[in-house]
Amino acid sequence: MFRRLLTEAAATVTISVDGAPVAVRRGDSVAAALLLAGRAVGRTTPVTGAARGPYCMMGVCFDCLVEIDGVGNRQACMIEVEQGMQVLSQRGARRIDPLS
Amino acid sequence: MNSDIIVIGGGLVGSAIAYGLSRQTRSITILDEGDRAFRATRGNFGLVWVQSKGDGAPHYVKWTRRSADLWGDFAAELKDATGIDAYHRRTGGVHLLLSEDEVKDRTALMERLRAQSGNDGYEYRMLDPAEIKSMIPAVGPLVLAGSWTPYDGVANPLYTIRALHAALAARGVVYEPDRTVEDIRHDAGTFSVRAGGTTFQSKKLVIAAGNGTKKLAALLGMDVPVTPQRGQVLVTERLQPLLSEEVTVTSIRQTAEGSVMMGDSQEDVGYDTGTTVPVLAKIAERAVACFPALRHAQLVRSWAALRIMSRDGLPIYAESKTAPGAFAATCHSGVTLAAVHARVLAEWIAGGARPEETQKLVPERFDVPTTAH
Repeated sequence: MFRRLLTEAAATVTISVDGAPVAVRRGDSVAAALLLAGRAVGRTTPVTGAARGPYCMMGVCFDCLVEIDGVGNRQACMIEVEQGMQVLSQRGARRIDPLS
Repeated sequence: MNSDIIVIGGGLVGSAIAYGLSRQTRSITILDEGDRAFRATRGNFGLVWVQSKGDGAPHYVKWTRRSADLWGDFAAELKDATGIDAYHRRTGGVHLLLSEDEVKDRTALMERLRAQSGNDGYEYRMLDPAEIKSMIPAVGPLVLAGSWTPYDGVANPLYTIRALHAALAARGVVYEPDRTVEDIRHDAGTFSVRAGGTTFQSKKLVIAAGNGTKKLAALLGMDVPVTPQRGQVLVTERLQPLLSEEVTVTSIRQTAEGSVMMGDSQEDVGYDTGTTVPVLAKIAERAVACFPALRHAQLVRSWAALRIMSRDGLPIYAESKTAPGAFAATCHSGVTLAAVHARVLAEWIAGGARPEETQKLVPERFDVPTTAH
């Protein structure tokens, strides 16, 4: 569905998306990496359970929220990929351990 | 436009009264302001709360408890009529205490409230940290004690007002938004209310316009001295249940959708609905002291709303002596009192006897007594 416009070579890093390794370019946002990996849906909404995925790509709509490195509700479009990053899609509201 | 009754104010107080009155007549017009109005209904915290209210005023404690007792049935009736769930839950409530002074003051307050309630009884317990922890596992080590009563609970004020307006519309009550009242006249038993360029007429008039009540009631010879008191609220992102759904905490609650709301500030700053960082920081600090896991939560919004405060903090229910048929009703607990306003206060306005608990809630209580020897 999405293709990269810039094609010159760049360093790649590997992140994990729902447990599967995905090779992406350094400097990509997590949201761009998800879309290039064909993952249009990153979460479901807390109240109705409707599917949501990256939309505005500029930090405004909050549709791209995912869990990154153990922290939920992070804006995938505003965060750059890092080697070894663990990205999990999110179902419903973020969980914070009440005892944490 | 003519109707039997005009209600000025489409918030929780006016709507609850109109809903109660609509049992007797459907010829009711509600005149509301526009979106620039100071709407306490939209900005408030959403507790159906009994504990801590009414020290020295057992009649008000009784009134509040009567409303809390009626709320479950009131919410069920609204849901039946409209399909809208006001999310009322009578969970019992806990107020958390963070210092020895707070524990001492609260213990004394609860004991006074029990003593003042006499034969009505006043069920409460002071809880130790282990008891609180068993009710709400998220509670932190800085909490020294808590006061608990079975009377308290929550309701979502936004769903409540939506349900009331839907129920009113279904009964044929006319709702007129954007009708800021410019003038009220009383002549030969008829009230003429000019609002937004149109004159509305009725035989009976109820003013339930929040802080605007003072100015409007004065036009009909009623002195309703209320002033705005600002409260600031912080709200987090939606979270999976973090606080217990089994019990409600005074100023930190999680909505059914998952947002955590916090706020217990009281400021006298006039008609200013701005928020300030020092106050919000204090609210957040207390919330994190009570529930340390909240330090991980992201805040998404803050706002302020204006409570409607009388000098003694109690409601004012006035009946005009110079313009028979005119009433004024105002309070700072429009959510808690919604049920008793709809079920009981409206009966009085409709022509019944004044409810016993409200005998002292007249504006004359503020009159400076003339010297008596």
